[in-house]
Amino acid sequence: MSSEAPPAGGGEPDHARRFATIWLVATVLALPLVIFVLGPILPPGNGSDTASGQVTDNTVLLAMATPVLLLVVLYLLYAIVNFRQGAGGVLEGPAVRGHPQLQTSWILITATLVLSLAVYGTVRLETGYGAGSGSGPKPLTVPSGPKLPIQVIAQQWAFTYRFPTYGGVETTHLELPVGEEVEFHVTSLDVIHSFWAYQLGVKADANPGVDNIAFVKPTKIQTFEVHCSELCGLWHGGMFDHGRVVSDAEFEGWIHEQQRIFAPATRVLPPYAKTYLPEPTERGH
Amino acid sequence: MAQPPTPAARPLWRRLVGFNLLSAVLLGIGGYYLGWFIGHQIDGKSFAYQEKINENDVALLLGYFFGVVGFLIGLGFANYPVSRLLGRPASLREKEEGGIGRYFGLCTDHKVVGIQYLCGIGLFFFIGGLNAMLIRTELLHSNPTFVGPGQYLTLVGEHGTMMMGMMTSGILGPFANYFVPIMIGARRMAFPRIEALTFWLLMAAGFILTSTIFFGGFPTGWTGYEPLNDQAVMGMDSYICFFALVGISMTLLGLNMMATIITMRAPGLTWSRLPIFVWSVFATSVLMVLAAPMLVSTLLMSALDRTIGTSFFIPGGGGSAYLYQNLFWFFGHPEVYILALPGFGIVLELLPVFTRKPLWGYRLAISGMLGVSLLSFFVWQHHLFVSGINADLRPFYMLSTEIISLPTGFIFLCVMGTLWKGRASFSVPMLFCMGWVFNFLIGGLSGVFISDTPSDTTTHGSFFVMAHFHYTIMGGLVFTFFAAIYYWVPKMVGLNFNEKLAKAHFWLMFLAFNSTFMPLFALGMEGMPRRVSFYEPKFQTLNIWVSVSAFVLGLSMLIFLFNVVYSLIFVREPAQRNPWRAKSLEWQVPTPVPVNNFEQIPVIDSDPYDYGTPVPIGGAVGGPQTAGAS
Repeated sequence: MSSEAPPAGGGEPDHARRFATIWLVATVLALPLVIFVLGPILPPGNGSDTASGQVTDNTVLLAMATPVLLLVVLYLLYAIVNFRQGAGGVLEGPAVRGHPQLQTSWILITATLVLSLAVYGTVRLETGYGAGSGSGPKPLTVPSGPKLPIQVIAQQWAFTYRFPTYGGVETTHLELPVGEEVEFHVTSLDVIHSFWAYQLGVKADANPGVDNIAFVKPTKIQTFEVHCSELCGLWHGGMFDHGRVVSDAEFEGWIHEQQRIFAPATRVLPPYAKTYLPEPTERGH
Repeated sequence: MAQPPTPAARPLWRRLVGFNLLSAVLLGIGGYYLGWFIGHQIDGKSFAYQEKINENDVALLLGYFFGVVGFLIGLGFANYPVSRLLGRPASLREKEEGGIGRYFGLCTDHKVVGIQYLCGIGLFFFIGGLNAMLIRTELLHSNPTFVGPGQYLTLVGEHGTMMMGMMTSGILGPFANYFVPIMIGARRMAFPRIEALTFWLLMAAGFILTSTIFFGGFPTGWTGYEPLNDQAVMGMDSYICFFALVGISMTLLGLNMMATIITMRAPGLTWSRLPIFVWSVFATSVLMVLAAPMLVSTLLMSALDRTIGTSFFIPGGGGSAYLYQNLFWFFGHPEVYILALPGFGIVLELLPVFTRKPLWGYRLAISGMLGVSLLSFFVWQHHLFVSGINADLRPFYMLSTEIISLPTGFIFLCVMGTLWKGRASFSVPMLFCMGWVFNFLIGGLSGVFISDTPSDTTTHGSFFVMAHFHYTIMGGLVFTFFAAIYYWVPKMVGLNFNEKLAKAHFWLMFLAFNSTFMPLFALGMEGMPRRVSFYEPKFQTLNIWVSVSAFVLGLSMLIFLFNVVYSLIFVREPAQRNPWRAKSLEWQVPTPVPVNNFEQIPVIDSDPYDYGTPVPIGGAVGGPQTAGAS
């Protein structure tokens, strides 16, 4: 785009061509580094289909941002070096007030970039079944095949997990079978929280009275972090836990043990529901 | 600051009686206790009991309300309406004569209000900055060991709210109030009393927010999300009252600016000759007028939830927490452009002066600013990408958010075009503008990641977002705020800054700023949430780095403060009338600017960017003058 800069003249070097060359060379050098060196190590890693998808997205976005970053930063440096007043100088610059063709092509190029970004983001979001984000009670796209439903119940200041397909048992930690599609139903009992399973690339707000659904398929046996990422009061920072992605057999063993341990509690729990609306908050009035 | 002859000296006690800051403070305190008392009567419970459990929201809100009313009456804001009711003649001006005392009370001279704003906002900016220093001190360790988690959240909330509330008027308050009338060839603002009112409302608001520490603080950050808001103790009411007053002040400021710019331009100053800074003020004012009332009404609803038991936002009572998020961000996103747009204006206004070239792409710059204003009302749900609200609409908000980079790109093109073959001299204001270009670029490009829903899944609510908006607001607004200070304050007070100290301020601030916020992108990407006082030990090293950088950033502010005291109070080197050889109108009036600005209203026949050597038709850009030096 800089090749359309105003033509230079007089005894000066052809700044437009010189700068365009610098920028092109820098971009050609930087892009492979960004895509092939930086890309693979970008967060949040390859712990699940959505996490890997986000790594790809971050790489694509970074690859699109790099030429723009280089354009402006190199231009700034180029201008500071070349277009300056000598010490104590009182020289005037050229009285140029615009360049219609350059302006038009800038608009067209940036519009193309922006629209392709939006199209890319939309396609990735919908084909990725929400890309691990909380997609509300009725997600637009749903992965086919069997899914393991897990309800994440947030309250000040802990997450608990309810397994409707395992007798509605409610556990205090989270283990997931590897390679199986999981359907998180995230809800809250009090204020707004946000369930963030970092290595799985899942984040869904826990709203009181709302069933917020997010899909993920863990692909790697590992420990993952669970944070609350929406400010929820005093111990928000301490609302933190480790979960595990384990083999199918190990998961079955774990969940049956949980059912046994929590059997007394399960009997007195309210029946499984999409949301559990609490009584109106008592504030002493 | 001129010192016109003061009227014959009266005894001190006589001068203290009347409508001044002292009466305002006394009436404010009296009003506060009146409201506090009435609140307890309404609530009908024992005074002592309520005081102990820190729960009487009615009393505190009424206290604040009557306190503010008393404060404004004490300053003399009721005098004019009352005298008009009694049939006295209309006047446009109040207390514009007199010495230094003008600065401590109601004064309708826009130049006095500008300086009042600069000092008042500066004070609260430093309080907000001190909060940030305390936050970073707490984050030196991965467990809360310094102030504890509750106090930490109050610090986070106070820092965020102070900066977002006060700094919305950070450029419009001091610089637009002072210079817009001069730049458009007017003698005053359209509504001078309202202009003074916006300032004093803001000061009352700042004091109220600071007072939250006496009432238990508030845990919600600057967003005040429900239902956490409803759950919080009385300190939350300080937040509500603060932001409501800021909202009222912003609305009035915006209306006043719009009215002034539309109706009071000098003959010949057509819209296409308006300085670009005035255009940016205009675009910002439109946003203020449309967005801020939304904030005020939202906070009124949450105050009703907290006091008389409505349930607009309480899910258990039939309300919706989503509603609050929707309403808040419908204000909140235009709000961040209210912060950013005046910065665009300042950079584009200053570049032509320092590159000795006309502004490149004047119309493109205007369409960029108006485009940002318009689009900013269509993007608010990108703050709620993972909340589950209207999930099917996310592609739309992704698109509208990414489209905002188009008009912002116009601004960058205009900056680059103006720099092209210019004769730039890197004085301090110019350095801050260059800092803006870099910072805002990083801020904008990081915005691409959070505007993309799949990528936002990881970055949402993390330090990445925090770094992003500090790059746009601190790197954008605060850098241009300082550019404006170094550029315009010599005109406002007639004294020069020490340039060596100013340059040290810039370089330390620029380097420390980047060293503070660049690592936060990495911390967020690696999984550290915002607003936590606990974090995993693996983030310790980077957090210490960030904290130390933040302290250096604080140090750079101390250099600035030292420069202000040293140059403006001790050295007092008089400033030239037009040290930057600028061609805009504000530099053509004498220093100090006379009360009436102009002896005769000027007639304008060109825009203020008449720099540079004319380019031969169809020919080369570099004339004989430019060829010589390279």
